Amino acid sequence: MGFERMVERSLAAGLNRRAFLKAGAAAGGGLLIGIGLPGLMGGAEAAGKDAAEFTPNAFVRIGRDGRVTLVMSQVEMGQGTYTSMPMLIAEELEVPLEQVTLEHAPPDNKLYGNPLFGVQITGGSTSVRAYWVPLRQAGASARSMLIAAAAQHWKVDPAACHAERGEVIHSASARKLKYGALVDAAAKLPLPDKVALKDPKDFKLIGTPAKRLDTPDKLNGKAQFGIDAQLPGMKIATVAACPVFGGKPVKFDEAKARATPGVRQVVALDNAVAVVADHMWAAKQGLAALDIQWDEGPNAKLKTDDIVAQMAQAAEQPAAGALAIAKNEGDVAKATAAAPTKFDAVYQAPFLAHATMEPMNCTVQVTKDGCDIWTGTQVISVAQLVASKITGLPQENVRVHNHLLGGGFGRRLEVDYVMQAVQIAKQVDGPVKVVWTREEDVQHDMYRPYYYDKLSAALNDKGMPVAWSHRIVGSSIIARFIPGAIKPGEPDPDAVEGAAETIYDIPNRHVDYVRHEPPGIPTAFWRGVGPTHNIYVVESFIDELANKAGKDPLEYRRALLGKSPRALAVMNLAAEKAGWGKPMPAGSGRGISVQFAFGSYVSQVAEVAVDKDGSVRVQRVVCVVDCGYTVNPDTVRAQLEGGIIFGITAVLYGQITLENGRVQQSNFHNYRMLRMNEAPLVEVYLLPSAEAPGGIGEPGTSALAPAVLNAIHAATGKRLRKLPVDTAQLAST
Amino acid sequence: MITLNINGKIQQADVTPDTPLLWTLRDVLGMTGTKFGCGMALCGACTVHVDGQPTRSCVTPVAALAGKKITTIEAIGSTPAGKHIQEAWRDLEVVQCGYCQSGQIMSASALLAGNPHPSDEDIDNAMSGNICRCGTYVRIRAAIKQAAQNAQGAASAHSAAGGA
Ligand code: FES
Ligand code: FES
Repeated sequence: MGFERMVERSLAAGLNRRAFLKAGAAAGGGLLIGIGLPGLMGGAEAAGKDAAEFTPNAFVRIGRDGRVTLVMSQVEMGQGTYTSMPMLIAEELEVPLEQVTLEHAPPDNKLYGNPLFGVQITGGSTSVRAYWVPLRQAGASARSMLIAAAAQHWKVDPAACHAERGEVIHSASARKLKYGALVDAAAKLPLPDKVALKDPKDFKLIGTPAKRLDTPDKLNGKAQFGIDAQLPGMKIATVAACPVFGGKPVKFDEAKARATPGVRQVVALDNAVAVVADHMWAAKQGLAALDIQWDEGPNAKLKTDDIVAQMAQAAEQPAAGALAIAKNEGDVAKATAAAPTKFDAVYQAPFLAHATMEPMNCTVQVTKDGCDIWTGTQVISVAQLVASKITGLPQENVRVHNHLLGGGFGRRLEVDYVMQAVQIAKQVDGPVKVVWTREEDVQHDMYRPYYYDKLSAALNDKGMPVAWSHRIVGSSIIARFIPGAIKPGEPDPDAVEGAAETIYDIPNRHVDYVRHEPPGIPTAFWRGVGPTHNIYVVESFIDELANKAGKDPLEYRRALLGKSPRALAVMNLAAEKAGWGKPMPAGSGRGISVQFAFGSYVSQVAEVAVDKDGSVRVQRVVCVVDCGYTVNPDTVRAQLEGGIIFGITAVLYGQITLENGRVQQSNFHNYRMLRMNEAPLVEVYLLPSAEAPGGIGEPGTSALAPAVLNAIHAATGKRLRKLPVDTAQLAST
Repeated sequence: MITLNINGKIQQADVTPDTPLLWTLRDVLGMTGTKFGCGMALCGACTVHVDGQPTRSCVTPVAALAGKKITTIEAIGSTPAGKHIQEAWRDLEVVQCGYCQSGQIMSASALLAGNPHPSDEDIDNAMSGNICRCGTYVRIRAAIKQAAQNAQGAASAHSAAGGA
């Protein structure tokens, strides 16, 4: 089951279900509440069947000093989880936000698995969505136990007491007791059977733009990312893997590398060579001195064009067992035969690297009875598992010390860099920090897959679509990531999300998926991978149909959104805020997109100016989101702003290409990022909604590409069906 | 042994003269606030001040720094411009993952120290060498403007108090 699908099903099934709670005394004093979350996989579900086997996913601890500690496994990658999660607790527990601290949990699937995934993963925008109800229930239960403890002490009716700012108050007698003084008594009380959660209209914290708790240390250099790990006696290593995927080193000049001042050791792995040194400069110099010769293996001649040609072929003639139907509604063939107008198009999306600002790195110490890992990962327990396999140590002897992530975007859901570092560390005496150069990071990423999409539509005499078919060709990340998760004949749910189900009311629809794994290049998640690609295709194609019908793209969409009122609402507001329909100067244009993905509705209007030489400048993006109830609206805004910039980078510049089996891009000069002087004005509007919270990490990115491409079409009359933007095609001659 | 003046402190580092300041700070002196992003002066993550000028430490060999004053993110808060920038960053919640922000703050502080009223164009010129993959540019621009305003307010309050 795909991430997003898992999330959707879990949300439908479990979001409003009661979490499993357990209360008791904390070690060293205080009240401890364990939270087992309702979910599809993992401990909590089992707990429902057998309470004796209860295994909490998170803990809330209230100490004798009144401090509240939330212990959980979600990882901070910039999405504000550190602040949103404590907010949920603080709201119901009636304590100021500053009184709550969040602690990273050690890796233990049984204890800290994300309930939607069953293992410890931060990805797919699920954090707040998964914990929305359970954390509030835990807070409310603790509050009610503290009130009960105070009432007992005063010998009054608990109903006559209330909690406020970390104290229980008996108004009638004007008596007060701080939580810290009540925790031990509360820990002896039974957990209440039922607690009422606050009505959203009574929220004091949730929905207010709280200051992010992790910010101060990120302003003064104190914040510790994985790359900042420091240990006594630690060495620094840098590494070169074979530039062609699947190749291996055959010869290198170890003596020359060791002659470099500061170099201590050269470590050869199956597919890579590492130089271990006193510092990164020495390691880099040593690596350059190695002059490695490679056996490039079977992919030595591979180039992007070959891969694309294979995909085009697979689109026409899927290999046996590769085709899976994702949606079949009505009768596409019949409707198409009867329609006066038919239209088809092929869309393509390139391989993309993640280019997190913090390059891949991992610090490891292997001793004969233990392995310690200091890194930033989105999958702590997977890291633990692979390290245990490589070292042969029992899993409980592998300790992962997780750090802040200098960007995730799906890259740190993979553990390739952890495995490599453990392999290196096995051969090194003492701790070693393996740091990839930016070149290594770009050329040995696990890439957003290339996608090849074929679409066709049939329009009735009013120009409205009566039939729609969409074939997606690309790799299945889920099939690799969760082996066995996809049954034969089933599509990769992530690869078809945003395509199989759409917001548009079209009577006859056929959507299928052809799994095609490219040779010689590994693929992986990438900021909303499946939907990000599908929304680009669907929202571009809908725009094409509007053009074909000679209709305004906004009006055209409105006519198709009768069954999606929330989509219609975000789109209407985006159009209004953007001044849709107002004339624009020559060479400029406005484009719109609207989507439902990751549980949130988003619409964007982009304004672009296209120069004579074909270069595109995105000048303004208006973005409206309905992501259900917002815990921290400022974080939602920030995520959408960032997602939009991320999306522009991809649309204008993003592509990884292969030549002779090698990734041709290497650093920020040829794998460009949007910069300050190119950043547009971004306006984000939140449409208030009482629905369950949706994800916000990815939707800003997925809505962006089609809005920009549709704007380019409005500006130039040219339809681009391949990313990134090809300026040569747009140059006016 | 190379002698460096970092944040007003004289420090010794046992590195070859061609070693970039970045790795000397991070791996030899244990000052990890300055970040590595590209190693080619393309991203700005490693920005420090050398005699007040924003400088990419990943391409600055320590040999070039004799007798110069180096300021890093760890101490920028004790300069007036740095303090205003940090405050505005916090007020406007600029930071996401935070990895690029040491460099952003160093570039922005240098801009503000030399130019109390930066225009949009000045901001573009000073900040376009700093990549933020999380895409915080919109807020960085706003925060620089707010910091400039606050610095202005502080300066006029100061001169008003001085004049009275
Ligand atoms: S690390 Fe120095 S500019 Fe990127
Ligand atoms: S805040 Fe993450 S790279 Fe800038």
